[in-house]
Amino acid sequence: MSDRGIDRSGVGGGLGALLRRDLRLALRQGSDTATVLAFFVIVVSLFPFGVGAEPQTLAAVGAGILWVAALLAALLSLDRLFQADYEDGTLDGLLAAPAALTLLVLAKCLAHWLTTGLPLVVLSPLLALLLNLPEPAYPALIAGLVLGTPVLTLIGAIGAALVLGARRGGVLLSLLILPLYIPVLIFGVGAVEAAATGQGFRAQLLLLGAFLLAALALAPFVAAVALRQAAE
Amino acid sequence: MNPSDRLECRDLACLRGERLVFKGLSFALRAGEALRLTGPNGSGKSSLLRLLAGLGRPAAGGIAWNGASVADDPDAHRRRFLFLGHQDAVKPWLTTRENLAFWAALHGAAAAGIAPALARFALTAQARLPARFLSQGQRRRLALARFAAIPARLWLLDEPTTGLDEANVATLETLVAEHCAAGGLAVVSTHLALKLPGGGGLALADPAKADLAPAGPAGARAA
Repeated sequence: MSDRGIDRSGVGGGLGALLRRDLRLALRQGSDTATVLAFFVIVVSLFPFGVGAEPQTLAAVGAGILWVAALLAALLSLDRLFQADYEDGTLDGLLAAPAALTLLVLAKCLAHWLTTGLPLVVLSPLLALLLNLPEPAYPALIAGLVLGTPVLTLIGAIGAALVLGARRGGVLLSLLILPLYIPVLIFGVGAVEAAATGQGFRAQLLLLGAFLLAALALAPFVAAVALRQAAE
Repeated sequence: MNPSDRLECRDLACLRGERLVFKGLSFALRAGEALRLTGPNGSGKSSLLRLLAGLGRPAAGGIAWNGASVADDPDAHRRRFLFLGHQDAVKPWLTTRENLAFWAALHGAAAAGIAPALARFALTAQARLPARFLSQGQRRRLALARFAAIPARLWLLDEPTTGLDEANVATLETLVAEHCAAGGLAVVSTHLALKLPGGGGLALADPAKADLAPAGPAGARAA
């Protein structure tokens, strides 16, 4: 058997295999997606009680509420991203596999986004309705979340890898990651507010797209380095 | 398998936290040989296997494959070996077959090898059963079935016999013997008197008692 033969099938196949496995696990357990969505709905529906149920007030702060709630909901599931694999020894197997670790991290991020980020995007228009968000703002909200939520997952993957093995990793993860979410939050909310007042929101979306491309290129690599560190 | 394959460790030292687990560890292993790693708890058997699997860097010394340092090209090294730590890495929500199929796909091994590998460790009847219904011994067998399903030149096994009954220990011995007969290499840590081909043994000393004075462990084979 040649080294090369194993290599070629191992790299691409590894990414697909891990993606399929994570999606299958998420589907069978189901609890992570349900928790994240329930959290999102509850946090958003708390605000009318806090700031008052006047339609004008809610419309003014709606974009911010939706984005902050989506961000916190994504964060809620991120500390489990590598934790389960770390605890049952799977991570050692992934690190020792011939597939490129960067691609494996990318596969895990993709699975995480498909099972938490994407459902958040789908649910957000319904909650926007609850918050009386002006009609022209909907495209900006959805497009912004489509571009922004994968960034949340990718940046979060770095944090999740860094806090592996730490006690109270979830709290540590929030402290580490939330400040890094600020640019995404600013331009995500910016796009919705611009659209609500009838302005163009192309610039904000382009910036979110740029964040996504940068995160796609850098985050899996950095998370992979952190994972190797965690295994030592 | 290449009959000239050779794994060589020279003057390896391993730090775990601030503690020196072993130092001055040297051994060589040729194609067709299996090394039995023994020693009391805490003597560094797992640490040595993790070093060989690239999950950590030696504090001193080096590991070489056919004369070339594995640290220079870790990607090439990962394509050579298959590693199983003391954890089974079995996902309870996947079926027995899906668990093995995942590892086979990750290593780019043929799917055709999965059913025979399960049969080898008498797991055919449980193939469609979620792994959370498996007993501890069955989980271990499922983890070991990877070695029957995925071709690799070097096998690294950390206490593979934990939880296995006698029949399956014999299966494992046969599997390692076949692997070595085909020109493979294996490093196996164990507390049992496993029958391994090549007969090489490496006994690691308890670092607390040995005070690390004798540089080479007593049973180390000359390179």
